[in-house]
Amino acid sequence: MSGLRRLFRGARLIDPDSGRDMVGDVIVVDDRIAAIGANISADDLGPDVEVVDLAGLCLAPGLVDMRVQLREPGAEHIESVESGSRAAAAGGVTTIVALPNTDPPVDDVSVVEFLARRAREVRLAKVHTYAAATKGMHGKELTEIGLLAANGVVGFTDGVKAIADALVMRRVLAYARTFNQLVIQHPEEPSLGSAGEVTEGEIATRLGLAGVTPAAEVIMIERDLRLVAITGARYHVAHVSTAASIDAIRQAKAAGLPVTCDTAPPYFALNETAIGDYRTFAKLSPPLRSESDRQAVVAGLADGSIDAIASDHSPWDQDSKRLPFSSASCGIVGLETLLPLSLELCHNRHMNLIDVLRRLTVTPARILGLAVGTLAAGAPADFVVFDPKAKYRVETDRFRSKSKNAPFDGRPVQGRVELTVVDGRTIFERAAA
Amino acid sequence: MDSYAYRHRHLLGIEGLTPEDITYVLDLAETYVDMNREAEKKKTTLRGRTLINCFFENSTRTRTSFEVAGKRLGADVINMAVAVSSMKKGETLIDTAMTLNAMHPDVLVVRHPESGAVQLLSEKVDCAVINAGDGSHEHPTQALLDALTIRRRKGKLGGLTVAICGDVMHSRVARSNIWLLNAMGTRVRVVAPRTLLPAEIEHLGVEVFHDMAEGLADVDIVMMLRLQNERMHGSFVPSTREYFHFFGLDEDKLKFAKPDALIMHPGPMNRGVEIGSTVADDIDRSLIRQQVEMGVAVRMACLELLARDLGNGPPIK
Repeated sequence: MSGLRRLFRGARLIDPDSGRDMVGDVIVVDDRIAAIGANISADDLGPDVEVVDLAGLCLAPGLVDMRVQLREPGAEHIESVESGSRAAAAGGVTTIVALPNTDPPVDDVSVVEFLARRAREVRLAKVHTYAAATKGMHGKELTEIGLLAANGVVGFTDGVKAIADALVMRRVLAYARTFNQLVIQHPEEPSLGSAGEVTEGEIATRLGLAGVTPAAEVIMIERDLRLVAITGARYHVAHVSTAASIDAIRQAKAAGLPVTCDTAPPYFALNETAIGDYRTFAKLSPPLRSESDRQAVVAGLADGSIDAIASDHSPWDQDSKRLPFSSASCGIVGLETLLPLSLELCHNRHMNLIDVLRRLTVTPARILGLAVGTLAAGAPADFVVFDPKAKYRVETDRFRSKSKNAPFDGRPVQGRVELTVVDGRTIFERAAA
Repeated sequence: MDSYAYRHRHLLGIEGLTPEDITYVLDLAETYVDMNREAEKKKTTLRGRTLINCFFENSTRTRTSFEVAGKRLGADVINMAVAVSSMKKGETLIDTAMTLNAMHPDVLVVRHPESGAVQLLSEKVDCAVINAGDGSHEHPTQALLDALTIRRRKGKLGGLTVAICGDVMHSRVARSNIWLLNAMGTRVRVVAPRTLLPAEIEHLGVEVFHDMAEGLADVDIVMMLRLQNERMHGSFVPSTREYFHFFGLDEDKLKFAKPDALIMHPGPMNRGVEIGSTVADDIDRSLIRQQVEMGVAVRMACLELLARDLGNGPPIK
């Protein structure tokens, strides 16, 4: 592929890393961004340059999604590395990080190598993985954090389970710190009621469902923050969803602790009323929260207390969701709605476009220590082109993901992915309507 | 040396000993090293004295070393494996101490799994007590024999750099060595994953490292610690292979140390866990067998020192 040159011309270039927001061009040579700026002439590049005209469209770094469940190995009928990567490509996501809750779980170097091989074969979005923090994600014994990190794992988490035991968490943090590794917590004190059924309150009471106090989230976070203060480990809280949690993290950051967090679109796009009459597609973990907590998530994103937005892509087949509410699985597919739902923050005038994109690109990349999420010359040519004006309705049955479990079907959104490029290769291009 | 007087009744720890105390013991032990290599190894220094080895925790090498030391000095040596007798029957530590005391021993050598237990026992008896290891607190004769081993090979203690590697958190050997080496002007480092380091260990006068390449750079002595089996499989360290990969001493990691760096281990070794066989058995660089030899000499010196001016105490009423 030597000497492959492409000129992407006339797009609104939005690069949160540099603060650049201007109309201009991007030149890609092979897998790298060779140049970026205004009015780069194609004539200077010689004859065999492919020119892509992007007038009226936005070009931003490819989205970096730090929380995706791929279900491979073990449940490939629900999602696979290939189908998940296709969904990512269609969603403008160029880097995904898989959770370790597969079967077998990612708690051993051999599974990490398997996933890396599958990603090479599929060759769409860049696929990284977390590894389990404890063996089998049982919350008892440390995994081989040093060896796993040496094999490319980007962080350690027990996936959709909290590392509940305080002593185990302390040792996970201390041991991870030894190798300067990131620890990601699913913040929910399980003894207060787990599986994220519904948030305690009027709706749960009316529906007769076992509610879980929203304090279960902040209780776990505050405990962990004390352990972070002792150990100094890098700590990331996944999908924060309550005002109290965001306050706790805000204070910890002010105190200088190495703490970051993300949230997912359902927590700023929906509140607990989405459950309606036992809609299992709106069942997720942590559960949807009150309207005031939803507003706190929006405010936390706007003021930077919440660092990143992740899709929290949790595919489930019909058999897992067409069940009584309490028996149904938790989670929503999110890769293909990550961008349009996040853009709602911009349309609703809570945040500037560049700041929304920052939470989707360079910030998660930095937390993960990945050299992506930027449009700088010399960086990997990973970017998304989207039409910021395109208005349409979400159609879940057209998702590339094998699973369609999302409560957003029919939701009117604005902003559509037109083109996704990874390492200079087009991995998604919207078919002309 | 003639005017020297050991001012303590017991040997409970290295903390609190002066450099003069330490040097005196080492010098005295030197004389026994030579004697122990003779065909005739028996002295009468402790003839008529009674030494009781009182081990509340399993031990073979330390108990045997004290037994040999006592017998070579002419003492009557009795071994008590308390772990399988009175403790099982529910007797308290102080009751056991009083019972032993009534037999008028001259020296009690005590090992106990709980930190501070040997000191508690020493307060209840009339004889001299040597701490043969209490919990994670101290193991003074091990530090003294380590010091003697180093001094004989390197000619000095001051000015050297020693890296103590591994399970420092649970190690009485590490703590005693830290006190002793600091007292003698040796620079001390500890190298371990953070799960195996106790809080604020740097306040004890050590430099802390979490990486063998950095921790072993330019050291004169690499002192490996044993990792207990129950700590290898997830509680403190995920696996033996990961531990060996990052913290086990092998030829590659040894290259970070000085070219003439020497290897020590208090034993018993876990080969393939904290130390590889090639370096453990390197006769030019491994001092592990010398450590065992020095152990007998050092313990003879300690016994002589404590028993020297000891009466049998007041009669029991």
